[in-house]
Amino acid sequence: MSGGYDDELTRPLEGALEATTSEGPTSPAVGRDEWVARHGGNRVQRGGRLGTLEERLRIVPWWAWLATFTALFALLPVVSDSGYVRRVAFDIAIYLLLALGLNVVVGWGGLLDLGYIAFYGVGAYSYALLSSDHFGIHLPTIVSIPLIVVIGACVGFLVGLPSRRLTGDYLAIVSLFFLQLFLTVTTNGDDLFGRNVTGGANGLLNVDPLSLFGHELPVSKDGIFNVAYLYVVLVAFVVVYVALRFVNLSRTGRAWRSLREDALAAEVMGMPVNWLKLMSFAFGAAIAALTGTFVAALNASVFPLSFSFPLLITIYTMVILGGAGSQAGVVIGAVLIGVLLELLRDPGDSRVLFYTIIVLGLVAAFRLSKRLAVVLAGTAVFGLVVHSIAGAVDNDWVNGAGGAGGGVSDFMANWVIVPTDTASWVAPVSYISLVSLALILTLLRGWARLALLVPVLYLAAFVWENVMLSKPEPTRYIILGVLLIGLMIVRPSGLLGEKRVEIV
Amino acid sequence: MLLELQGVSMAFASLKVVDDLDLHVDEGEIVSVIGPNGAGKTTLFNLVTGVYTPTGGDILFAGSSIRGLDPHQITRRGIARTFQTLRLFLNMSVRENVMAAAYGHTKAGVFRSMLRTPGMRQEEREIRELAEKRLAFFGERLMGYRWDQPAYSLSYANRRRLEIARATATNPRLLLLDEPAAGMNPKETQEITDLIGLLRTEGGYTILVIEHDMHVVEGISDRVIALDHGVKIAEGSFEEVATSPQVIEAYLGTGGMAKK
Repeated sequence: MSGGYDDELTRPLEGALEATTSEGPTSPAVGRDEWVARHGGNRVQRGGRLGTLEERLRIVPWWAWLATFTALFALLPVVSDSGYVRRVAFDIAIYLLLALGLNVVVGWGGLLDLGYIAFYGVGAYSYALLSSDHFGIHLPTIVSIPLIVVIGACVGFLVGLPSRRLTGDYLAIVSLFFLQLFLTVTTNGDDLFGRNVTGGANGLLNVDPLSLFGHELPVSKDGIFNVAYLYVVLVAFVVVYVALRFVNLSRTGRAWRSLREDALAAEVMGMPVNWLKLMSFAFGAAIAALTGTFVAALNASVFPLSFSFPLLITIYTMVILGGAGSQAGVVIGAVLIGVLLELLRDPGDSRVLFYTIIVLGLVAAFRLSKRLAVVLAGTAVFGLVVHSIAGAVDNDWVNGAGGAGGGVSDFMANWVIVPTDTASWVAPVSYISLVSLALILTLLRGWARLALLVPVLYLAAFVWENVMLSKPEPTRYIILGVLLIGLMIVRPSGLLGEKRVEIV
Repeated sequence: MLLELQGVSMAFASLKVVDDLDLHVDEGEIVSVIGPNGAGKTTLFNLVTGVYTPTGGDILFAGSSIRGLDPHQITRRGIARTFQTLRLFLNMSVRENVMAAAYGHTKAGVFRSMLRTPGMRQEEREIRELAEKRLAFFGERLMGYRWDQPAYSLSYANRRRLEIARATATNPRLLLLDEPAAGMNPKETQEITDLIGLLRTEGGYTILVIEHDMHVVEGISDRVIALDHGVKIAEGSFEEVATSPQVIEAYLGTGGMAKK
């Protein structure tokens, strides 16, 4: 359109501003707004020290947060020389990348992509095939990484192609099918039309390490994890974070978010919705594929099972918990869940975590009130009574706990019932009744709820000590699920997510 | 003629919603479409913007056919619209709502955006200025601190204004307004009437508007078209259409009440 009238458009504004300042006779009939005129008085600000802190933190620019976070992360190997800590740091850095990529598709594009992990697998397998003896190809990293990013984007594009007209549940099903297809092909790929392509369930072994500028990066140095890998992934994280931030603040990013908000309105406002969907799919896939290369190189191997459903759920949890759509939120989500999953591996740590979560949950629910004290004291007394009754009936019922050590663990040994050997029915019955009672609890109000809460808490402790602790693997995910449900009730948009409104 | 519909028909399954409709809008005109609920007015807008493809007939814009084009392609040729049921990008800021609509006539690609090339930054500044200019059109209503507020925090009337601002950010020649005064109080309705006039004189847009409020229709229209059951039943000046027996019948039925 001819731009001539653009300048004309500002005229009503000038008129309006004049009207507010001088109350001149030129005041237009259009666009007087009392609220805007006195908006300063309508602003709400938190008072006290918290308010000042909030104001001060708001001034800190995004790149300062990013630099601080990355620096702290990079300093980890300096603080601790444990190979375990470094390896965990590497895993969390991988989660960071995966979560950033998923955020493009889910958080910005608003597309429920349940095949996301397959793209991660595509990247890992591509690297393994392009840098191992399997086909005798040994591409230098500087070539293979860009190539794999392009491959990932292309696969994402192709998967998006048939589903570009689908939304919501339908897209979820189609993309989930793709993940299953990927797993089936890789698992049976040792005989793909008579040729061994993917190594089948045994995976691909002896994958080359990364090589930078002609130097190979050995996966372990002096017998422990080589920190160089952590730094490589951190560099990739910073690059991806910054690039995505810039895209988000460009016309493409705005178009993605418009598409998430209202696809029809976006299309009618001139945005090619189908193309934008494909682009966000391809973007997510490219980042996932890039991440895959690092993991394949570090592990020197790839297996189909590394790319299955539990990992998909973990990454989704990170994105949702942190706040889909917020890059900083997603980063925090990835770190929290990554650390949590690691802590839950160790029975001692996970026990501390479990009881801390329960107490914190109670504090969050009741604040520091009389009722909190009643519940805590009630549960403690309830436990002691049940324990002594059980002990009086049969000593075997309470002898299972290793009550050595002082203070807390002594109290625990005299509080929670841990039989020496439990009958096979105890575990399922106690677990199911815990879940049912917890559900009933949500239906009760007032004192009835408090009264039921006490035995439920005790039952939770019983289930934890007798059932969950002995099976750490499923327990990790159950705890994660409970935590997620709890958080979603308190903050439906995630930790850092913007408040979302669906229909007003 | 800027917009011309030639014998356009639209049927959902076997239900005819628009039947052999001829209609035209000249450059610089303000044309109102009236008619009872279910007359096919919004369907007409959906046909012009490409949300539906007509089952018969042809639609010409600035002399060339736009039948069968995707909505975003039609928007790029210069047709923009608002929605009767507001469809803002609720969780984006007021300014971003308007900036997003500049997508069609800007071109910075993803890679240029990643690198923030000088050209991309220049374009981004222009988009921002454009958005602020379009919002400034509404006086103080959508100014100042409201720029950075999410769209869902706006009042109903301001949402309607934001929809118009967003539509104008696509740099259209023809603006389709679907019931711009719906749900507004008398004072706001008067303001909208003035505003539609301003959109033509200051903005230079040709306007096709669906409206139920006859005061608004009377105040703005060069020409009025009345639809009923997907058929044009009257066309002409406001007085001509308002006194047309077919229109009175369509609104009030054939009972004694209809006799003037």
